[in-house]
Amino acid sequence: MDLSLSDEQKQLQEAAERFVRDKYPFDSRRKIAATDRGWLPENWAQMAELGWLGMAFSEEDGGYGGGPIETMIVMEQFGKGLVLEPFVPTVVLGGGMIGRAGSKAQKEALLAPMIEGKKQFAFAWLERQSRYNLADVSLKATKEGNGWSLSGHKGVVYNAPVADNIIVLARTAGAGREQKGLTLFVVDGKAKGITRRDYPTQDAFRASELTFDKVSVGADALLGKVDEGFAVVEEAVDRTIVALCAEATGCMDAINAATLEYIKTRKQFGVPIGKFQVLQHRMVDCFTNAQEARSMTLMATLKIDDKDPIVRAKAASGAKVQIGKSGKFCGQSAVQMHGGMGVTDELSVSHYFKRLTMIDLMFGNQQHHLTRYSNLAMAA
Amino acid sequence: MDLAFTADEQKFAADVRAFVRANLAPDIRDKVKNGKHLIRDDYMRWQQALGRQGWLVYTWPKKHGGPGFTPAQRYIFENVCAEEYAPGIIPFGTKMVGPVIYTFGTDEQKTKFLPAIRESTVWWCQGYSEPGSGSDLASLRTRAERRGDHYVVNGSKTWNTMGHWADWIFCLVRTDPKAKPQEGISFLLIDMKTPGITVKPIIMMDGGHEVNEVFFDNVEVPVANLVGKENGGWTCAKFLLANERLGIAAVPQSKRGVEALKGIARAEHEDGKPLIENQAFAEKIADLEIQVTALEYTELRVLSQMAHGGQPGPEVSGLKIRGSEIQQRITELTMEAVGEYAAPYLPSLVWHGSNEEPVGPAYAHQAAPRYFNTRKTTIYGGSNEIQKGIISKMVLGL
Amino acid sequence: MDLALKPDHQTFADEIRAFTRGNLSPATKAKTFSGKHYDRDDHVHWQKALGRQGWLAYTWPKKYGGPGFDVTQRFLFENVLAEEGAPRIIPFGVKMVGPVIYTFGTDEQKERFLPGIRTSKVSWCQGYSEPGAGSDLANLRTRAVREGDHYVVNGQKTWTSFAHWADWIFCLVRTDPAAKPQEGISFLLIDMKTPGVTVRPITMLDGAHHVNDVFFDNVKVPVTNRIGKEGEGWTCAKFLLANERLGIAEVPASKRGVRSLRDIAQVEPLNGGRLADDPAFAAQIADIDLQVQALEMSELRVLSTMAMGGAPGPEVSTLKIRGSEIQQRIAELAMEAVGEYAQPYQPGMLFQDTNETPVGLDHAPPAAPRYFNFRKTSIYGGSNEIQKNIVSKMVLGL
Repeated sequence: MDLSLSDEQKQLQEAAERFVRDKYPFDSRRKIAATDRGWLPENWAQMAELGWLGMAFSEEDGGYGGGPIETMIVMEQFGKGLVLEPFVPTVVLGGGMIGRAGSKAQKEALLAPMIEGKKQFAFAWLERQSRYNLADVSLKATKEGNGWSLSGHKGVVYNAPVADNIIVLARTAGAGREQKGLTLFVVDGKAKGITRRDYPTQDAFRASELTFDKVSVGADALLGKVDEGFAVVEEAVDRTIVALCAEATGCMDAINAATLEYIKTRKQFGVPIGKFQVLQHRMVDCFTNAQEARSMTLMATLKIDDKDPIVRAKAASGAKVQIGKSGKFCGQSAVQMHGGMGVTDELSVSHYFKRLTMIDLMFGNQQHHLTRYSNLAMAA
Repeated sequence: MDLAFTADEQKFAADVRAFVRANLAPDIRDKVKNGKHLIRDDYMRWQQALGRQGWLVYTWPKKHGGPGFTPAQRYIFENVCAEEYAPGIIPFGTKMVGPVIYTFGTDEQKTKFLPAIRESTVWWCQGYSEPGSGSDLASLRTRAERRGDHYVVNGSKTWNTMGHWADWIFCLVRTDPKAKPQEGISFLLIDMKTPGITVKPIIMMDGGHEVNEVFFDNVEVPVANLVGKENGGWTCAKFLLANERLGIAAVPQSKRGVEALKGIARAEHEDGKPLIENQAFAEKIADLEIQVTALEYTELRVLSQMAHGGQPGPEVSGLKIRGSEIQQRITELTMEAVGEYAAPYLPSLVWHGSNEEPVGPAYAHQAAPRYFNTRKTTIYGGSNEIQKGIISKMVLGL
Repeated sequence: MDLALKPDHQTFADEIRAFTRGNLSPATKAKTFSGKHYDRDDHVHWQKALGRQGWLAYTWPKKYGGPGFDVTQRFLFENVLAEEGAPRIIPFGVKMVGPVIYTFGTDEQKERFLPGIRTSKVSWCQGYSEPGAGSDLANLRTRAVREGDHYVVNGQKTWTSFAHWADWIFCLVRTDPAAKPQEGISFLLIDMKTPGVTVRPITMLDGAHHVNDVFFDNVKVPVTNRIGKEGEGWTCAKFLLANERLGIAEVPASKRGVRSLRDIAQVEPLNGGRLADDPAFAAQIADIDLQVQALEMSELRVLSTMAMGGAPGPEVSTLKIRGSEIQQRIAELAMEAVGEYAQPYQPGMLFQDTNETPVGLDHAPPAAPRYFNFRKTSIYGGSNEIQKNIVSKMVLGL
């Protein structure tokens, strides 16, 4: 057992720190968020050049043979800078699913250019009725000649406005919330029959509502096996959850540091407000919460490659519960300790708070994952 | 980074498990498993068995007679012992005064005291808090006046755990009342059989007797029993408190506590179904299990730093805070699981190992007393408010 | 003791309800139930209707043109308005400066200012906080120097809600910098159209613009606009803050919030059914419902003391603390209810009259912004930390 980073991992951490320091001071981030695209192609190119887009993929797939630890390292720094480039939808989700379920041809056509920074993805799973149930899917894919025809609605699809390809979770058999009968398709982002409604999210990312009206795809659009897509999605989402947890620990470190600095410098009643014990103890609770979040993220990162799917799922859900709890505590406390300044748009603190809030409700909030963890623990 | 244990570490775990199974008396194991109270002899039998193996002082370095475990071995040792229902090691000798003696004591003191601690032939207790000095320990008033080669000690100590079983007590005493509070304190070892010492029980809210007041009335203590320099006792005290906070998180015990809680939730019924099938209750257990996991991985991160040569810093105070809150939550949920049958108060069963037929299931009568008793964990060893004060000052710089 | 309404009170409630239904614009009402932001006209139109009826200044005694409601009537009035979806009455005129003027002002000032407040012809805002004077209000530095029959005001106020809509501002200003902090402050009424007054918007974390910085650059204010004596503004300030804390609990709005939560849970989907069928979520609504009931009873107890002629004491601070926490929790649960669809940011749906269809159900667009925005409730009107200090000092004597 050893929980320390290797020398190469430390170098990666330093490179990611440098990237965030150079590209994501708070004012620059505000400017990036205000652009039409909401992120910068030059930053994306740099990520490709640094090898981050391929680091978690096997050498066989054109990657650099890293894994969840490398993803954790980079995501944590992204959290500190509130980085806006679509790393999660493209690399962690899209790339992750293609890497695990894609054919040789698909990897060549999609994964290799993604690693070079030339292709971006979006993952469309949510529907209006789905809430957090990944299998609550009604968008239908029906056989059409050699290929398929997709019709239905998908919601809150991150990175859909610019994605070259959208990976769509569709129902090919069964109904309602059956896990059997779900199939993944890789669809061209500009395919005929897709209508998009683009919007920003609360935390300045970009997403879309998508309507599919008889969108025709070929047989080669099938990702993985027909009717067997659910397991691929569940695993990819669990891996994404762990990456988001790492991002959240970075957010918590940053928001705690900003708050600590603020209560050391903001004076009222003639002293820095950090001299008041009630704020000191609350600050300590923030610190402890961030420690716990880091611990659970580390645990999940180290277990997400476990052979036993129940161990993997429990690890992801356990970490997501902790991140929800700690993120809310650190976020709310930071705003409170900043007083009026905390509720304005002016300081970074509210932006971290919004991101932490959105991370909690992505792919299932604290309560959802507590229930899932509890059920998995019972089954084990 | 890697969670897996090496082949050597796995073999070590198997050795520890085999040892515990062969050497832990079944009656003691049974008491621990069922949450019953242990008596002095139970602790002594187990600790002496560990002592013979050289494992009792498992945190000590080799040169002072410890086994020189790596942090990973320490983690394994603690966890396997807890999993096998071994009693917790009483910390006063092994984790508190022992390290103080080998760090600050003379060679003579090391020779005199360390072997008996390693072998558990002498029972130690702690004389720190006083009626007027709780969280503000430095305000202590027990006075030691030098007269020739003796100190004469007068005063009283309180919250003295298991002093009624102890052979020796280590005390913080005031040797210079004129100096600043922290600068006039010395660290003394006192034989509990010395004339002038009186031990008075304090009965806790669960009806139990585990702590005492200890009175000193002109107690003569040889100067040779002073550890460190006269008026240098605060240094020993701080060193000891930092050591205490690391083990105080009690993660292995809490893991065992969660398992025991699940057992009770399976045995208890509600609406004709096991309580553990009640979604709301199952989620409370799940939440607790996640808290324990978070604490465990925080402790592992500290151990990993130590393995790479780092020292545990003041942030280990955070372990004490969360560890104690978790211990309380376990007892609270256990009592909740037991329900109405937590109400009967059966002191003979709780305290005296009586073979009286319990009211309700066998685990029920312990539930409320344990919940009441465990309120102490956020108060002792420096209250959680004091721990937060330490982090605030030492880590956050506030 | 009796919780039931007397028949004449029932008639009164019916009358209020009929009036509200007849006079509140359907568009405004719709904004209330969908959680959209009101514009200035929504407020003014409704407040003028209330003013014509003589009900806007519903807390005022008859002799100053109020309706002279008894405490039960006041309670009913607030509840019926909230149930019917009326916007909150903007407090700066009616609940803040109005009572200050009729309590501390001259007859001339009463004649000049009270009618405009009662009828909502004049909009007021509050100039209290400054960049360096938040919780520590007495530290304020905006300076008013007397020059003949004018004061010349220089400085800056912040967190000024609705300053961009206001005709007048009431300010705490420093008239004697040599005196102790609380003794050199005066209470001034300033026309927002006076040269030298500049309003700069502050954008909140949800993108909304409610609050502003207000800058004063050599602003001339007639001495006749000072309320009370020079240097005695702190008396007015304390009087006003105590008044503010009473209404700030927002119990009627929270009751409406709980009802909306239940409605949302009925329409939000979950596994083919409704979110309301999820026992965990239903239990969370039940929990907040009980918290609202406890708060309401506490407020009723204060009102009952007032009906017997007593004055609300510092314990009303607890109403502010719990009231703000409850408002935040309701907003949080509403966001949780929406789930993933809380993510799209739809400013058009929040701030503008638009016929665009929302992404998600109608209640989705404001869910997260409201949660973010409502973090302010535990900060404004004296942060909850300050309120706890007040209770600690004034009620508990600590």
